[in-house]
Amino acid sequence: MILAQQFGFLDEYAKKEIRRTSLKAVAIPGYQVPYSSREMPMGRGFGTGGLQLTLALIGAGEVLKVIDQGSDDSVNAVNLRSFIEMTCPGVGTTRVTGEADLIQSRHRIPEKPLREDQLLVLQVPYPDPLVVVEASEEKRKQLHGEADYSRLLVKLYEDIVKFDEITISHRYPTRINDHYVIDPSPIPRWDVPKLHMSKALVLLGAGREKKIYAVPPYTKAEPLAFEDKPFRVEAFLDEQGRRRACARCGCDNSFLDEYVDSNSGEQVYRCSDADWCDEQLARQTAAEVIYG
Amino acid sequence: MAYVAIKGGGQAIEGSKAVLEYLRTRQGARARPLQADTIENQLRLLHGRVLSEGGVYHPRLASLAIKQAQGDSLEASFILRAYRSTVPRLAETELLDSRKMRITRRISSAFKDIPGGQMLGATTDYHLRLMRMELLNESPEQFRAISGEWFKNLNVDEIPDTFPKVLEQLRKDGLLAPLDEQRGQQSPFDITREPLIFPVSRSAALATMARGEQGSLLAIAYSNMRGYGDVHPTVAELRVGYLPVLLPHPITGQPMEVGEVELTECEVVAMYEADGEGGKPLFTLGYGACFGHNEVKAISMAILDRSLQNGIQHGPRNPSEDPEFVLLHVDGIESMGFCTHYKMPHYVTFQSDMDRLRATQAKQ
Repeated sequence: MILAQQFGFLDEYAKKEIRRTSLKAVAIPGYQVPYSSREMPMGRGFGTGGLQLTLALIGAGEVLKVIDQGSDDSVNAVNLRSFIEMTCPGVGTTRVTGEADLIQSRHRIPEKPLREDQLLVLQVPYPDPLVVVEASEEKRKQLHGEADYSRLLVKLYEDIVKFDEITISHRYPTRINDHYVIDPSPIPRWDVPKLHMSKALVLLGAGREKKIYAVPPYTKAEPLAFEDKPFRVEAFLDEQGRRRACARCGCDNSFLDEYVDSNSGEQVYRCSDADWCDEQLARQTAAEVIYG
Repeated sequence: MAYVAIKGGGQAIEGSKAVLEYLRTRQGARARPLQADTIENQLRLLHGRVLSEGGVYHPRLASLAIKQAQGDSLEASFILRAYRSTVPRLAETELLDSRKMRITRRISSAFKDIPGGQMLGATTDYHLRLMRMELLNESPEQFRAISGEWFKNLNVDEIPDTFPKVLEQLRKDGLLAPLDEQRGQQSPFDITREPLIFPVSRSAALATMARGEQGSLLAIAYSNMRGYGDVHPTVAELRVGYLPVLLPHPITGQPMEVGEVELTECEVVAMYEADGEGGKPLFTLGYGACFGHNEVKAISMAILDRSLQNGIQHGPRNPSEDPEFVLLHVDGIESMGFCTHYKMPHYVTFQSDMDRLRATQAKQ
């Protein structure tokens, strides 16, 4: 039983602050706007930044989708969704990407391209891409202001010298609108190109680190790379160098989860985005019905 | 198949809640549930710690949080802190004067005797940490008899209402800078309503530490005590008691007492410094205060206040002098939350990690 029963859990002052912070974030693409960030009834690190954005922005009559690792049914997604349902009466929920007005996600951007009327909220553990090269927030703030990302580029260069590969696997530093470099949250590299000129507004919320930032619609989002060492997404190639496909729906252009089948002991690959996988499967079934 | 394991999350959460609830009641048929009053009184130090780290003085809800959390102080403070998010800030208190504290204990390690006298009060400092086996089978009668007898032999009228501050004497003697009355008029930094943007004010630093986690504050302060720093504090005064809280009357605007909070306050005096403007060198001060009776926390905070001021003045030379290092790592709710989050699924990022490692391995 929750003592406070106001819509969206947070008091109105908190919601107002988050909305104003979001507006500022949209106005300065990629800039990390500090905000006070209230404690939520779930752990810092469990998506409290994304949750505060969702609670401050969603209204009755709108439809919400919550995903974690691409799945609507993973424990944390279930937990967040049921909390939002409990505190936001009148908000509908869906698992279908195309039906959602607001999508809150951890670690993935849906495979299905988003529309202008949709809003994507990403949960962020580390808002600052410079943290790997500079521990002090005060100094990082100055580096961002001067768009001085030389140390990040040196890190990429050192990777290439040591491993002949850029070793950053996820949270890939991405330059927004030709100035601020952001940590796009722990999405895989596969999802980074989806930020570029995205039709939907992408808001990123870091609750513990108390920052909100945005990739506004139709804004450039370019992963850091070199002319002769381009940015590359996850390859998913088999031993013969062929692109692996999802064992369930057969899709060969989605991000895949790899795991060991506990019965057969074999390595299996399946779509990470559960709704996408369902949609591909449904499409095939429909095609089979038509073409027999 | 393993994939199925991330389905059915809702069911798993319900099951987990149920087993946690079972464990809370596992004592069985003859057990009586813990009462909020029992927690507040018989576990008063844990209770004070939760009030302090939760950052909202609500004794009854702090007890409930401890009961719900089955005694985990981080979890209980967290529940209380989350409750705080739902309530608006309605008013600001007047500047509270800790000279007006109703003292239950006050000591100074700087002077043998202090105006008003040393009052040892309730402390385990000089107790032998031996098992008191008789408490294992304490009868309710024995238990009640102790508190029942307590006031009989006390001459309550002899105890003064307030005690002067030890620091006042040091100020009078010119060993410490005079009180800056103007600073008392400045509006405090509210860490619940504004983000910390470095460099931060001392007010913001003190507020952050006041609801910091005891163990974290202690660990960083201890690093300073051992040699990663050189505050070398002397406890000028440590006082525990009840501080009247004043709020403006809603109609007249006059300050009126609305209640009191239990508080531990510590003032440490540290090595002297030249004032830089040709004046006489003076002792420096560190300040710590927190809700509840928690001396380790108040002393740690006072030492860290001093070390942070050193760091701000001369540049940080070790972790305890670095405001970002100290202030961004002492909050228990934040650190435990982030520590806990590593248990959540990280399939996607790990998939990316494997992709990078395999690509790199293929090239070597």
